[in-house]
Amino acid sequence: MDESLTFLLSIFPRLLAAVPLTLALTAISGVIGNVLAVPVALARLSPNPLLWMPSALYILLMRGTPLLVQTYLIYYGLGEILPGSFIQQTFLWDYLKDGFWYAVFAFSLNTAGYTGEILRGAMSAVPRGEIEAAKAYGMSNGKILWRVTLPRAIQICLPAMSGETILLLKATSLASLITVWDVMGTARQIQKESYRIYEPLIAAGIIYIVTVFILTRLLNLLERRINQHRVAPQSA
Amino acid sequence: MDTTLKVEDLHKRFGEAEVLKGVSLSANTGDVIAMIGSSGSGKSTLLRCINLLEIPNSGRVYVNGELIRMKALPDGTSKPEDQKQVERIRSKLAMVFQSFNLWSHRTILENVIEAPVHVLGVPKKEAIERAEALLAKVGIADKRNFYPNHLSGGQQQRAAIARALAMEPSVLLFDEPTSALDPELVGEVLQVMRKLAEEGRTMLVVTHEMGFARDVANQIVFLHKGQIEEQGTPAEVIGHPKSERLKQFLSSTRH
Amino acid sequence: MDPSPSLFSLMSFGHDGWGARFMDGLVVTVEVSLAAYAVSLVFGLLGAGAKLSPYKWLRSIADVYTTLVRALPELLLLLLVYYSGADAIKFLLSFLGDDYDDVEVDPFAAAVMALGFIGGAYMTEVMRGAIQSIPVGQIEAAKACGMSPLLRVRRIILPQMLRFALPGMSNLWLNATKDSSLISVLGSFQDILFMGYRAASTTKHYSFFYSMTAVSFLVITLVSMAGIRLLEARVNRGYK
Repeated sequence: MDESLTFLLSIFPRLLAAVPLTLALTAISGVIGNVLAVPVALARLSPNPLLWMPSALYILLMRGTPLLVQTYLIYYGLGEILPGSFIQQTFLWDYLKDGFWYAVFAFSLNTAGYTGEILRGAMSAVPRGEIEAAKAYGMSNGKILWRVTLPRAIQICLPAMSGETILLLKATSLASLITVWDVMGTARQIQKESYRIYEPLIAAGIIYIVTVFILTRLLNLLERRINQHRVAPQSA
Repeated sequence: MDTTLKVEDLHKRFGEAEVLKGVSLSANTGDVIAMIGSSGSGKSTLLRCINLLEIPNSGRVYVNGELIRMKALPDGTSKPEDQKQVERIRSKLAMVFQSFNLWSHRTILENVIEAPVHVLGVPKKEAIERAEALLAKVGIADKRNFYPNHLSGGQQQRAAIARALAMEPSVLLFDEPTSALDPELVGEVLQVMRKLAEEGRTMLVVTHEMGFARDVANQIVFLHKGQIEEQGTPAEVIGHPKSERLKQFLSSTRH
Repeated sequence: MDPSPSLFSLMSFGHDGWGARFMDGLVVTVEVSLAAYAVSLVFGLLGAGAKLSPYKWLRSIADVYTTLVRALPELLLLLLVYYSGADAIKFLLSFLGDDYDDVEVDPFAAAVMALGFIGGAYMTEVMRGAIQSIPVGQIEAAKACGMSPLLRVRRIILPQMLRFALPGMSNLWLNATKDSSLISVLGSFQDILFMGYRAASTTKHYSFFYSMTAVSFLVITLVSMAGIRLLEARVNRGYK
């Protein structure tokens, strides 16, 4: 048991060195995915079937199939198509040799589907009167969307969106299955080298728990800042 | 006197129901017109057709002599020809809603400067100065940094009036501004409106407050089933109602 | 790459097509999902009971359970619980005597326990929320009628809870089917994703076979959604 504990402690530095990669996966996919979620939600709410039907199908595909399958499809599928295409001649090719950007691609698309659906719900929950007031004061449709509907919708769905971010952080561990050496990938590498099953998983687990805890705190702070109108007023 | 607002032969249908059956109305500068009538009479719809929150099926609306151009559609409805014109005209017709409709993600001050800055293009600094003066005028200067949810209904409605005034509108449209308020808060809002009337602002007020209509308005319009049934000075309409329906309406509202 | 006409023949049901093997995979996926879901219901009921119990130590255990599971990646938890579950069972059996030394723990049972354990933490929250949404007055009314605690749970709480818990439970079923794809990583299951992986790497038609894999999961999702809609209509009768 003592020896096991020593080993557990000895692998921490290596696992901690992989934390930036896990955070980068989360941050990049989160930002891209949330930005893409806006057009997904807008298209979903459109009365035009040429817009809402593809969007509904997209949301269904992203939410109705496992992320791991989507990740494999993008990693192996693009890996099948891209070599030999013009991409190989461009600078992009350097980036596309390892799994990182495929993982980012898959996670971003997936996040866009989940958050798009959340945002759709939130946008239809924005009080009609507030949108009507914006109309009555002469705002154009674009301005109403940008200055009233979207900011209000984001406020409404902020708790759900931070929940999604935590889920995304955890889901980035799937990147380890397409040769990305994030925290999970490093843990599996150590497993193979050392023939020890538990210690690498437990150490990685501790790191994930602490990261999730810190991220949750940060998101709560952010939420409180953005949703000021819900907290008690400060003196004027 | 200038005709600030003119409405001609306005028709509005919701599906089968015809809510407005050819209403005409005009307001000169400084007029305070109170529109009364039972619920379902079409008075709120009339107001909402004027700034095109509802699109009338037919009829003409002139603001400061400018006609809002509409085109008829084959299905019997119509739609504005030029959305830009609609937006410009709406910015001259500031509306105060029954349920305030303040933007809850912005502070009271931000609510007041929002449209002047982003619709009229007023420089922010100037808009803030003006907004502060307006908030002082309606008596909630100390609430400028509060969010709407932290204010009482009466305070919210006064903020909404400040928001309307900040547009320097040609006409103020009031859609039952006191109906959502607790009785003890009605007075503070009516008092602000009274002050605006004394300043000579052009106002169109849909209301249930007969006292306000009698004392402040210079013209009362009684709507019944989508048509103007009677119209005139408060003394004529309230003092000497002609039609049986108006008599009935007045006796049912006076307790 | 072969020209495309042959592509769909790859999904045929003949002896050189992958269609039949995908069907087998579908059955494995559904079996694992169903079993894991059933286990998660047990963990969920126990967890919710613990969270609402008057004993602090029970509540603490349940809190630790849900907090840990929800903070850890599913893949990591699956590997951890899968291996440790098997070891734990072996360890317990070793007390019974040396005869059990050679016992191999069934990988199916271990994987189902692992997935069920994970799903159970989310189920705990769904059920706790549902129990708390039952109007207190109705439980008091049951007490006033002289119902015993067990009878109250059986006759009043459980049936009502179902109505409040159904949306959350439906969601967790859809998650269970998707999470089951993780077992392909363990290497001992021939679920859909594993079949897709095998077919793709054998034929090198990666996009085609991973798309087929996605479609198979989509079919499960769509059938489930239709079922859920029927169930909701049934459970919500009298409330709409």
